[in-house]
Formats: sequence, C-alpha cells, structure tokens
Amino acid sequence: MTDIDAVPGMGPLLAARTFFTRSEVSADGRTLHQVDPSGWDRFYRDRWAHDKVVRSTHGVNCTGSCSWQVFVKDGLITWEHQATDYPSVGPESPEYEPRGCPRGASFSWYTYSPSRVRYPYVRGVLLEAWREARSRLGDPVLAWAELTGDPERARAYKRARGKGGFVRAEWDEVLELMAAAHVHTVKEYGPDRVVGFSPIPAMSMASFAAGTRFLSMIGGTLLSFYDWYADLPIASPQVWGDQTDVPEAADWWNSRYLIMWGSNIPVTRTPDAHFMTEARYQGTKVVAVSPDYADNVKFADDWLAPHPGTDGALAMAMGHVVLTEFFRERQVPYFTDYVRKYTDLPFLVTLEPRGDAYVPRRFLTAADLTDDAGENAAFKTVFLDEETGEPRVPNGSLGFRWGEEGEGRWNLDLAGATPALTLLGRAGRAVEVDLPRFDEGATEGGSVMRRGVPATEVGGKLVTTVFDLLMAQYGVPRADLPGEWPQGYEDAAQPYTPAWAEEITSVPAATIARIGREFARNAEVTEGRSMIAMGAGTNHWFHSDQIYRAFLTLVLLTGCQGVNGGGWGHYVGQEKVRPITGFQHLAFAFDWQRPTRHMAGTAFWYLATDQWRYEQIQADELSSPLGDGLFEGRSFADCNAQAARLGWLPSHPTFNRNPLTLADEAAAKGVGVAEHVVDELRSGRLRFAAEDPGEPANFPRVLTVWRANLLGSSGKGNEYFLRHLLGADAETRNREGIHPTEVRWREEATEGKLDLLTTIDFRMTSTALFADIVLPAATWYEKHDLSSTDMHPFVHAFNPAIAPPWQTRADYDVFLGLADAFSELAARHLGKRTDVLAVPLAHDTPDELAQPGGRVRDWKHGECEPIPGKTMPKIVTIERDYAAVGERMRGIGPLFAELGLTTKGVTYRVGPELDDLRARNGATPEGHVSLATADRMCEAILALSGTTNGRLSTQGFETLERRTGTRLADLAAEHEGKRITFADTRSRPQPVITSPEWSGSETGGRRYSAFVINVERDKPWHTLTGRQQFFLDHDWMIELGEQLPAYRPPLNMRRHYGEQGDGQDGAEVTVRYLTPHSKWSIHSEYQDNAYMLALSRGGPTIWMSVEDAARIGVADNDWIEAYNRNGVVVARAVVSHRMPAGTVYMYHAKDRNVNVPLTEKSGRRGGVHNSLTRLLLKPSHLIGGYAQFTYAFNYYGPTGNQRDEITVIRRRGQEVTY
Amino acid sequence: MRVMAQVAMVMNLDKCIGCHTCSVTCKQTWTNRDGVEYVWFNNVETKPGVGYPKRYEDQDRWHGGWQLDGRGRLKLRAGGRIKRLLNLFSNPDLPTLDDYYEPATYDYDTLINAPAGPHTPVIRPKSAITGRDMAITWGANWEDDLGGAPEHAPADPNLAAMAEKVAMEFDKTFMFHLPRICEHCLNPACVAACPSGAMYKREEDGIVLVDQERCRGWRMCVSSCPYKKVYVNHKTGKAEKCTFCFPRIEAGQPTVCAETCVGRLRYLGLILYDADAVLDAARVTDPRDLLEAQRRVFLDPEDPAVIAAARAGGISEDWIEAARRSPIYRLAMRYRVALPLHPEYRTLPMVWYIPPLSPVLDAVTGVGADADDPDNVFHAITDLRIPLEYLASLFSAGDTEVVAGVLMKLSAMRAYMRARTIDGTVATDLLESAGMTAADMEDMYRLLAIAKYDERYVVPAAHREDAAALSAQAGGCSLDGDGGPGMSDFHPTGVTGRRGDGRLGLKLFVGKGGQA
Repeated sequence: MTDIDAVPGMGPLLAARTFFTRSEVSADGRTLHQVDPSGWDRFYRDRWAHDKVVRSTHGVNCTGSCSWQVFVKDGLITWEHQATDYPSVGPESPEYEPRGCPRGASFSWYTYSPSRVRYPYVRGVLLEAWREARSRLGDPVLAWAELTGDPERARAYKRARGKGGFVRAEWDEVLELMAAAHVHTVKEYGPDRVVGFSPIPAMSMASFAAGTRFLSMIGGTLLSFYDWYADLPIASPQVWGDQTDVPEAADWWNSRYLIMWGSNIPVTRTPDAHFMTEARYQGTKVVAVSPDYADNVKFADDWLAPHPGTDGALAMAMGHVVLTEFFRERQVPYFTDYVRKYTDLPFLVTLEPRGDAYVPRRFLTAADLTDDAGENAAFKTVFLDEETGEPRVPNGSLGFRWGEEGEGRWNLDLAGATPALTLLGRAGRAVEVDLPRFDEGATEGGSVMRRGVPATEVGGKLVTTVFDLLMAQYGVPRADLPGEWPQGYEDAAQPYTPAWAEEITSVPAATIARIGREFARNAEVTEGRSMIAMGAGTNHWFHSDQIYRAFLTLVLLTGCQGVNGGGWGHYVGQEKVRPITGFQHLAFAFDWQRPTRHMAGTAFWYLATDQWRYEQIQADELSSPLGDGLFEGRSFADCNAQAARLGWLPSHPTFNRNPLTLADEAAAKGVGVAEHVVDELRSGRLRFAAEDPGEPANFPRVLTVWRANLLGSSGKGNEYFLRHLLGADAETRNREGIHPTEVRWREEATEGKLDLLTTIDFRMTSTALFADIVLPAATWYEKHDLSSTDMHPFVHAFNPAIAPPWQTRADYDVFLGLADAFSELAARHLGKRTDVLAVPLAHDTPDELAQPGGRVRDWKHGECEPIPGKTMPKIVTIERDYAAVGERMRGIGPLFAELGLTTKGVTYRVGPELDDLRARNGATPEGHVSLATADRMCEAILALSGTTNGRLSTQGFETLERRTGTRLADLAAEHEGKRITFADTRSRPQPVITSPEWSGSETGGRRYSAFVINVERDKPWHTLTGRQQFFLDHDWMIELGEQLPAYRPPLNMRRHYGEQGDGQDGAEVTVRYLTPHSKWSIHSEYQDNAYMLALSRGGPTIWMSVEDAARIGVADNDWIEAYNRNGVVVARAVVSHRMPAGTVYMYHAKDRNVNVPLTEKSGRRGGVHNSLTRLLLKPSHLIGGYAQFTYAFNYYGPTGNQRDEITVIRRRGQEVTY
Repeated sequence: MRVMAQVAMVMNLDKCIGCHTCSVTCKQTWTNRDGVEYVWFNNVETKPGVGYPKRYEDQDRWHGGWQLDGRGRLKLRAGGRIKRLLNLFSNPDLPTLDDYYEPATYDYDTLINAPAGPHTPVIRPKSAITGRDMAITWGANWEDDLGGAPEHAPADPNLAAMAEKVAMEFDKTFMFHLPRICEHCLNPACVAACPSGAMYKREEDGIVLVDQERCRGWRMCVSSCPYKKVYVNHKTGKAEKCTFCFPRIEAGQPTVCAETCVGRLRYLGLILYDADAVLDAARVTDPRDLLEAQRRVFLDPEDPAVIAAARAGGISEDWIEAARRSPIYRLAMRYRVALPLHPEYRTLPMVWYIPPLSPVLDAVTGVGADADDPDNVFHAITDLRIPLEYLASLFSAGDTEVVAGVLMKLSAMRAYMRARTIDGTVATDLLESAGMTAADMEDMYRLLAIAKYDERYVVPAAHREDAAALSAQAGGCSLDGDGGPGMSDFHPTGVTGRRGDGRLGLKLFVGKGGQA
C-alpha cells in the first residue's frame, strides 16, 4: 500500500499507474502484479512523445491520396500515421478512415536514408568537359553547342551513363548548364526537341505544374503518361467519349454484386479495400476473376481463374448469357428502357453487300435521310420509332453539340418517342451478315462468322439496329434469322457461348453462365447495383480495349452505369485531378499562351527509343479479313506517321525543321505561316519528323524527368531506352525487323540520341543512375502541394513537416530557378521568336466534326487537300518572349481574363476569382497575380476550379444548360457560395463540389459515381450518338474488325518472334510474363525502402508455379534468370502453389539498384522488369479527327501495353557476383 | 469476485487484407533501433505457414505456455523453478536468430558514391548484425501470400496436426493472414517464468510489460511465451515486447497497430473479469473447455452486481461505462464470434480473433450454389476452402463445432442483410438458425461492417484521481467472495448453438430467404 504522494520523484501521472511497491505472487508461481515506481517505462513514453504533428501525403503515382500525420521530434521527422479525420460518409456507411498502406507508412525512411540525394550531382566526365568548355568559351550556350557538337566528347559522357562516377556540383552551376542545353536546343533544333516527363498530376499538382508550365512557355514537348503506362482504358473514350470516370471507393459499399476482375484490391487499392470486405456483410456478393490466388481471392464468394489475357472471352460469354436470358427469353423493363435511352443500341447502321452477304458499315445519319438536313447533319444519328416505324433524329447526338441549331437540344430527351431496339418483326427482310472472329485464323486478324440480322431500307440504305448486330455478334439466335448460330450454351464451336469460352479460358461453362446470370439478375432486382472493378490485370494487354468493351457490355445492358453501386470501376492508375480547370490552365501556362505541345507518350518513346526498328509483324497482321486492306504492307510506324499528318495525334518533334525557322521563313516570304507550312509539306520539302525518326535533326535532345522513375519503372522496352536514347550498355539481342513503307529506314541506328537527361528526385532510382544530372528534390513531407484522387471525393494538402534538408529543393522552386537561368541566357540567344505548332484535332471542340463518318482521306496520297484543322493538324503560331519566362512563371498572365478557362467544352469566366486571388496571393512586380510560391499555386488551382469553387461550378452548369436545355445548375446550387481555400485543405480533407468538370454528383452528400448526371439529367455523353456506344464506325475500326465488342486473344508472340530460348530442354521453360503491381513497393516505385525489403525478400523476385519450377529444377529462393529477345533479368524464385502453371509474375518496378547481380547470360547488371518488354502500337489507338475519336492529353493515344510478352526462365549458377 | 479491468483486442481476420501496415507503423514507432532490428512487436503471418519465428506454435519443441501436471495443477511447460534455474545459462528452448531471421541492411550510399566503373552501381544485402555481405534466405514475412509454401508450409504445426492432408495445389489453394501482437494474457507464462520479477501485468489495465531496469536478460520469458512475443534486444541483452502502446492507451487512444489498421479489423475495449476465477479457468481439464472457461471469467458489464462490485473495487464510472460499450465484450460474449488464439496454451490470451469466412469454391469444377436460382448467390459454408479443422487448431483447441458456429453466424448475417437491403425482407429463419434477435443481428452487422472509429475503439483514459481507490482495492478490499455477485446466473447461452442439444448442422444455404 502506497500513498501516491509519498512516492519520491514521481509526478501524478506516473504515480497513477503504480499501485504497488511490492510483487504480489500467486500461490502457484504466477506473478500477477509487480509494479516498480522507478519510472523505467519513461523510455517508451519518451519514444512516443513528439513536438508536432504535420498533415501531409504521398506524392507517388498511386491513387491513394491518403492524408497522413507526420510526427516531428527535435526537428526530425520520426514516423507517420494515417489521419482519421476524413469528413463522414454518413451514418449507414463505413468511413474513409484510416486510409494508407505499409508502403506509405514507411515513407519517412527516405528522409534520412543514406541513399537520399542531398546535393546536385553531375557525372564527372560530363562536368569536367563542361567546365572546360564553359571557361574557355565564356558563353554557356556556345559551350553546350561545342560539347554536344563534338561526336567524340559527346560519346564519352553518353557512354558513361549508368556507370557511377557522379560528382557534387553547385545549384547555380547545374542550373546554368541545364539552361544552356535548353537554350541551345531551342535555337538549333527547335523547342519541341526539349522534352519533359512527369506523370499523374493529381498526386502533387503544383510540383507537376511547375515543370510543365516552364516547358509550355518555352514550347517544349510534354509527354502523356496515362496511355503510356497502359492505364488509360481506350474503351472509355471509345464508348463514352470520356477519359475515365469511376465510382469513389465508398460507392462499392452501395453495390450488391461486385466482380473484382483483374483487380487485386487489397494490394493495389489498400486504403479502400475495406469497403469491399465490409460490403460483403451487407449482403454483397463478391466475385474474383484472377489467374492466380491473389490477395483478393480470399474474400470472394466465387473465384474464376481464366488463363491470363482471356478475360474478354469470359466476358463475351457472360454477355451471351445476359442477352439470351434477359433480352431474348424475357425482357426486363428496367434494362430495356435503359438501353433505349442511354445507349446506341436502337440506332440504325447501314449494311453494305460484301461477297454473298452483308457487312455493317456506318451509323445512318440525318444526312442520309434528306439532302437538306441542316447543320451538322452527318453527325446526327437515327433510330426508328417503335410506334410509327418512322425514322427519328433525336436530340443529343454530336450534331447538336456544336452550332446554333443545336442550342438547347443537346440532350437525351426522347420527346415522347420510343426507339425501336430491334427490327425483328418489323423489317421486311432478314439478311446474312459477316462478322469478324479472332479465336481462329492464320493471322491475328482471325476469320469470319456468318450470322443474320433483320434489315430494312431507310433513306435508300439497307439498315439494321446496333442491338440486332449485337445479338448477331454475341451469337444469340432469334426467330428464323439466317446464318450459323450456336446450338445452345454447350455449343463450343461458335462464339460466344459459355462452352466456347470454357475451352479458351478454362473456366467451367456452368460457372460462366451462373455468374453472368447472377450479375444481371442482381442488377434487375436492385436497378443497376452490379459493379465490375477492373484492374491492370485486364487492362495492360495489347487488346485491352476489346476486353474492356466486353466488360462494359455487361454493365450497360443491365443498366448499371450512372447508378450508385453499379457500373464499371476502372482502378488502374487513374488519378483524378478534382480541381481540373485551374490545374490544367496553370500547368500548361494557358494564362500566357495557348495551346501547348502535348504529346502521346507511347508514340514518342516508340520512335525515340527506336523500338519501331524491331518489328517482326506489320499492321496488316491485325486486319480482319472483312477489312478493306487499309494496312497492307504498312508498319506500325507508318500508321503513326499517317495519324500525325492527318491531325489525329500530336507528333513532336513535329517537322524535320526548327519550327522557329518555319515562322521566320513565312515572314521572309510574306505569307501566312499556315500557308507556308502547307506549301512546304505539299512540295515534300517539309516532312513530319515521325516519317524520319533516324534523322539527327529530329531527335529529342533534352529530357527532364521529375516525379517519376522512367528507367526503373514505366519504361517498357528498357534496353532499347538504354541503347538508342541514352547510348548506354544494353542487353537486347533482338534483331532488326521489317522496314516500314513510308517511314525512312536508315541502316545505322543511333545510339545516344539524347544530349541531356536530368532527373529531379530524392532517391537513386535507375533513372537517376543513368541521368547526366541528378537534382536533389524535397520529399513529400518537405513542401506545399495538393492531392486528390478518384478513390475519394476530397482534396487535401501536402505541408512541410521540416524545411527541405541539405541542398534539396521542392520541384516548384527547382523550375523557378531553371526558368530564371534560362531567361538570362535566352535574352542573349533567343529574344522574342514566333513558334509554329501543329495541333491535332481536339476532343470537346468543334474539331470533332472535321472528318465525317470516320472516313480516312490522306492528303499525302492525293485523296484530299491538305486543309489545316480539317484534313491535317491545325497550324497555330505563338509569340514567345524567351527572356520573360522566369517572370511569367511567377504571375498569372492576361488570357484568363480575356478568354476564360475551358474544360470539356465549358468555358468559365473568372473575373471575381482573379480579384480574390490578387488579394490572397499578392501581385508580382509586373502587376500579375502572384504564383511565386507553391502554396500560391495551390491557392490559384483551387480558386479557378468548379469542384473547389461553388460559384464556378454553378456558372459552368448554367453555361451547359444553355446547350442542353435541361436543368443542371441546381446540382451545385447548395454550394454556390462555398470556396475551398488552401488553408482549408491543410486543416482537413475537403469534400469537393459537384461540377460540370466531371460526370458524377456529390450533391446532397451522395457518393460519387460516374455518369450519374448523364443518366439523371439527360446530359449526353461526349460521343457521336451522345449515348454510350457499343458500335464504332471509323474506317480503321472496320479494318480491325472492332466495330462491336469481340474477343481478341493475346498476341501470339511465339509465332511472331520465334522461340525465345536456347532450346535447352529441361533447363528452360517458356512462360507468360506478367508484371502486376507489387505489394512491397509504393505503387510502381520505391521498392528500395528498408522496411519493404525486410517484409519482402530483399530484392527482385519472380513468382513461379510449382509445376514450372519443378520442370527446371528450381527450389524456392533459387537464383534464376529470365530472358527473351528484349533483355535479361536476374532474380530469386518464389515458388508457390498460388501461381498457375505457365505464368510467372515479376512484380512491377523491381528496379535494378537493389540486390541485382551480374547475369550469366551477358555478364552485365541484370535488368529491370521492363527489360523483357517492348512496345507495340495498336493502330486503333492512333485514330483521330472524328467525334469521340479526337485527341486530348491522356485521353487518347496508343497504350504502352506489355502483358502479351513471354519469357524464358532458367536456373542459373547459385554463386552470384555483383 | 474481484473485479478487474483489462484492455483487450479483437481482430476480425475475415477483414484482414494482409497489408502489414500495422507491422510497419508499429516497427517505425517502437522498434526501428539498434538491437531490435529483427523484432516485430506486431507481425502478420500468412497461414498456412510456419510463422515468425519458425514453428513457434510447436510447444513440444519450445515448451511455451502452461500444462497440467498429474494432479491437475498448472505448471509452466518449461518446468518448475528448479529446472528453470538450472537452465538459466543454457536455455535449450530459446529460438536462435535463424528461427527468426538475420536482418539485412544495404550499402545504400554506394548508389551515389560509386566511382566510374564497368557496371551500374547496385546495393547488396549486408547483415545488420555482423555488417558482412549476406545472402537473404529467410525473413520476417518470408511466407507472404504463400511464397515458398509448397516447401515450407507443410511444417506448419496446425497442418501437421490435421487428420486430412492439405495438398499444396493450385486448385485447392487457401490462405489468410494472421496479425499477431502480445496477447497480454490473463495468465501470462512469461511473467511467471521471469526469475528477476521484471515482468509484470499492470493492475489497472492488464498490460504486460518488462521492467527494463529489473530485467537481467535471463530470457525465460522468451521461451515460456508460447506465442513467442517476447524478444531479446541483442544490444541491451534485455527482453522487450509489445507494450500495448501504453502511453497511448493511458491517454485514451487506441494502440498504433489498431488505429493504423487499414482493414479496420481491430477492436479495442475493456473486459471486466473476476481475478479470482482466473486460475481455475486456466486449469480446466479438457483444453476444449478452455474457451468457455475463459468466457466465464469475463463479467457482464450490464449486470448490476458486477457494476456494484466494480464500483466497490474502485473502478471509475467512465471505465464501467466503457466496459458496457466495449466492442470486445460484444464480440466475444454477446455475439460470440471472437475466439482466443490457441486457448490450449492455458495463458488465457486477451487478443481474440474472428475466424475468416473465406467463402470460395473450388475454382475448377464449378460446383456450388444452385445454378438454377440466380437469387441464391452465396455458397454453403460446407464449401469453404479453409478446412475447419485448420481453423479449429488455431482458435478452439481443435473443436470444429466452435469455429463452424462462428462462420455460420457470419454467413447468416450476410444472407440476412442481403435480403433486408434488397427488398426489406426479414429472414426470421436465419435469425433462428443463428440464435439471434433481429436487433442483435443488426447490431453485430453494424459493429463488423460500419465499424465507426468510436465503436471500434472504446478506450477510457487513465484516471489519476482514482489511483488511490484502485490501490486500496488491490490492497485487500477485493470482492473475492465465492462466485462473486451476479456470478450465479451468469450462463452464457449457446447463441451459436455450439453447446448442448441445440447444435446446428454445418450446412447452411444463405441465399435470399435462405434456409438451414
């Protein structure tokens, strides 16, 4: 018994814990209580104590956007725990707290890591040569010109890339070097030869914007990333005319049937996985479709394990079941009403004779009905009225979106009409149609199946409905339609029955039918609350667009899209910049000049890294036998060049001439620039650089990478990057391929195109190891910035827990410094110049009307005239004041006030916002609203976006109302007076405001789901028909046989590229090679963290099945080598029965910097996961100029897919050297 | 009855996503320092698997926990005082570093400092213990997601004990994750084994701690803990273990592992228990009776007699109120879905688990729910991939009925809620089969599914003004009368139908309007 006050030396808190001064020992030796008053436990108390807690987040390219508390003690960051103060989701739902993952929880390790980049570094051999030339010549620009112009000296520093030898340098010196390289390149080769790569702005908007703003001002090329990462689901723009829009994670809770399809939610969506596990308790059925027993499978009521890449077959067969049981055998009013109103299924498609049957061609339009159909008639689609049988041109198609006549009519109101879904029973005839199939045939183009549709004549053309075509495509026989049809679900001979799919996927037909049926039935009884969460497992394939269209068919037929708890959930790299309007206009410096040089990343790298030189197949390999031979004899590079000159895709570097020179020439000739460019192109004197990527004048010269690990993470075809772009050692054994027809082939491939590679980072990635300059970045706990995501509806802030340590700097400040250094040198070398941009036909602008019917007309082949903005890119000039870049970086330019800000076709006027910002941010000496610091940039982004400024969202809806003629502005009215400031986001995650910038609604506190506004408010989708489209009628889609959803198998790499191994039977096994996201690296990077290494196996691994391991005598943890024509990888084997035979996984972003020995195969350092991959362009991803097939940054463009690849695995000697 | 309060935890394994965030936040906060590189107060194991340290569950090897001697008395498996004294200097039951793993670090600065050379710089593993180059052959989480399972997992003691052989084949794959911290047992073997009196269980909240000043590094605690959750700091030579984040608990905050649990599967709350009943509970003869024996030690916080005794014992009103709101009590006692880990160790652990439902069919054969009725979407729990015997080995000393009862209740909840949320149907047959009222079913659903922060964690802050009163209670004013107030009518009825003649069969179709 102790009087607590009598315990010496103890404060009341400690005393409260001590009740005994003696041990109390129980009879049988159990010491139950023993408390010592000595205060020994202070050690743990002190460890827990801290001085402050600072809110920040992780700016990595994952979609987490989790709010974290960073603990600081004695001026040092100690650790981080998740914030738990997200605004509530409501009383009947789980909350967002605590969002985070083990990767994020260990991030603070980097702050003081021994591999933290603390100072600027330059490779010694370069720095020495630079200093010599710089001091001798006095002028930095001339020094850079001389150094890079001297092949021997240039070769010397390029060869040294990736081989150590960094030396410390000072910021001023390095920035001057970089500025000199930029100025010289702009002057000598053109601004479009200066390139920037930084992905996923949502993860740190100001940091992204700093670099892109600088590059936009000088005319540099900005590479897209969403398509490059193969995360962009091409099907989304194709079907919806929308990049990607998905339900927030809390909406999973509203689902009653959730299929996780190739999406390993516990690993890739860790912070939100609980909504899935918890929804099960509310009675939601959960299905996992995964080739392996992934982390998510253990939560699933059913596990379907198709062979990798056959998901499309599975989905098509489910679609067969849904169409059979819910559209043919009986009709579900909810489904029928939905597809009539919100999809293109009732619209008429022309049928043209081909051989002894017909093929579908194009949508019938108002232009087909009469000669005088009025404005934009070729973009107004037609259906038959169920009652009258007469053709109707309903509101809402693209023809109503632009032009005066469409004012107030761009809406989905059917005005009392009931569209006829089918012509069955109405048509005069039934005709045979030939449709493509790809499960058989001598090429990737497959073969043909013959089925039948009811048809009738309208406007002198034979037509049928999209629905009737869909029934034929899916093989659902009706009435006495002609053609060959499956005999039933058990008929394995005909696409797309469950039995047919079983043979391809290995999933039992009965299971396929059951899941398809359950999915639809659930949607019927819940009115659309069935959901498919799809992941990279199904999206990184060459034909992912087709896989996805098969998925989307399921959610569209069942009326799930635009419904809370239903629809697609594409959770693949999609990160939503919620305050998109302010962000993109500031990031691309649209306050000073418009537009900027956005570039499709994959097309750029394909040429820049010379991967185009290694093709063994051509585009015609993919053509359907029903195509018109448009790709005959043409390589993928040829297709890309055509897309460039027809104005479909951007193409930078653009011409084989400095664009500044083009302007000078036009001025000298006294003609308009556009006229001059057209003349020069027509004469053949001027060519697109994409037609001759091997010409040194066409090389990209200066590349800056920030917030990214290009060479250790996303760089598909890594070895080609190293060899051709950098001139470093590379392992590829690939032989050169078929020569293109139009693109010029040069016998000698260049090694080392790039003059300067800079990376801004806080750790030594592969990109840093190979860079010429490594600049020390502040981490995410050392700067101000903004974060948002599609997974939750909040915006929140980064805050510095400590000031940037050592000589590190925030990205924002790095680019301000670079801009200043650039301006100083530019004043002497560049001054004011006119830049000439070739701008592709843009999405959400009247450019969508440029090429009616999606007919391909090539001016170069004399099929039409070269008309800028119609048959070729728009030619736009920008006056650049190169000496003013530093100054302009820091202030908002005049164009916001003059032109407003335009997002997705809606223009926002921002007068009051600029006044308000001037008061908050202050002004520059030149009188512009200040952006001099990152927090001011954040403030401006928030003020200029509808999601964070209720006045703007209301204004935007009012603008839109004038076009749609429907009521919308009430969606934002509840928040019209709300303004989210940067201070708000610093204090707590802030819920955003419903805005026309996005398609869903948060109004009244509901969960965000994509296209809710379209469905509930009759707002059209941004497509040709204004509806969700099953049918696509561009010429190239016809050529590829992809007018309708179809199953296209993974590319047959063995057939195209031959056996990859050395043929050592028993010692080698050839397997499918997949690179899913890792559990032990922060998203696609950051695997080098000590905690993650401790919890994984401490270096690169490849997961193998028991069967494959046994075949080549590999035990768990043995060293193995994986190789194919593209490269070599060394790793340890993880042998597990959760892996299916015939497939290995090397988890993404196994960088080459940790525990990677030398290979036996080559004697050099083993490669990264992307050493085994190589790019392949799918021609349909290049389409442009037509309706939803028009270009926008990260909206359309070829994907950098990599899943179709195969590799050889062999057990190597177990002694390794480094 | 002597009423005492303990902070206890329940983890719902059915929600664990295996992310290991708990491990990382715990390690960052408590053990990212020299001497404890290999120590994870919180770790997550993939089951089946041998765990960390290897095969720690094999008490024939490690002699952890308690056993009954010939006369039915409790004694440490490690042996009596004399035997333990004899082994002070050469404890044969101590895991070696190999049983844990040799922690690695890397020569990180090489990446920046490497001179110009023939190859791309790389960092390679160095032993964190010796500093020498090493090959990584095992780790804290080597078996994650069944990595190497065909080779290693057959040695999982829970598998070895099973009558039916588990094949490590793709089609039959199952797994779940098992996060583990110190169990803060009611009858802690580590405390009993400590020769120095350095280990103790705190009176006010039951947290088991090692007094770092008293610890003499004898390591008897390490071998005696059957969960191997006491570790040696190889720098100080002293024992360290999970502290239940006592500085946070005292402030009314959840432990770090709980608060940062992204799966939202951890619950923290008070259990009132009868300190005088602990010993008897720990020495019931049949290990399968240990679960119910331990449940009988727990006191009903709604029972006026218990409340009176608690008050008399100096437990403050807000603690009593917290005990009444305790999610632990609800999960372990009211809904009876939480179970102790390895009750057969007889330590009466206080971190309990809801076993995983894992309702997956055979992926290949396509058998399962009634294919003709698309509204019957769930499978019977007889179709579960995880063998009941395996779960029973972990959570009920081998009694599969206990585990089945819990799983049945969880699946009944899913079917019940599906019917209710789709068309408002109240499936009374499901309530009957689960032995629950509609209100209880929905309360359980809310606690498991909606699980708001304030309901997951009910942790009262420490009272300094109550110290004197509690101290007085401990000094001899305990209410330790036979049975204690209220004990006589404390009969936990078999709401799972687990005991007595009310047993329910395993087969339970839980579709809409599901029926047993």
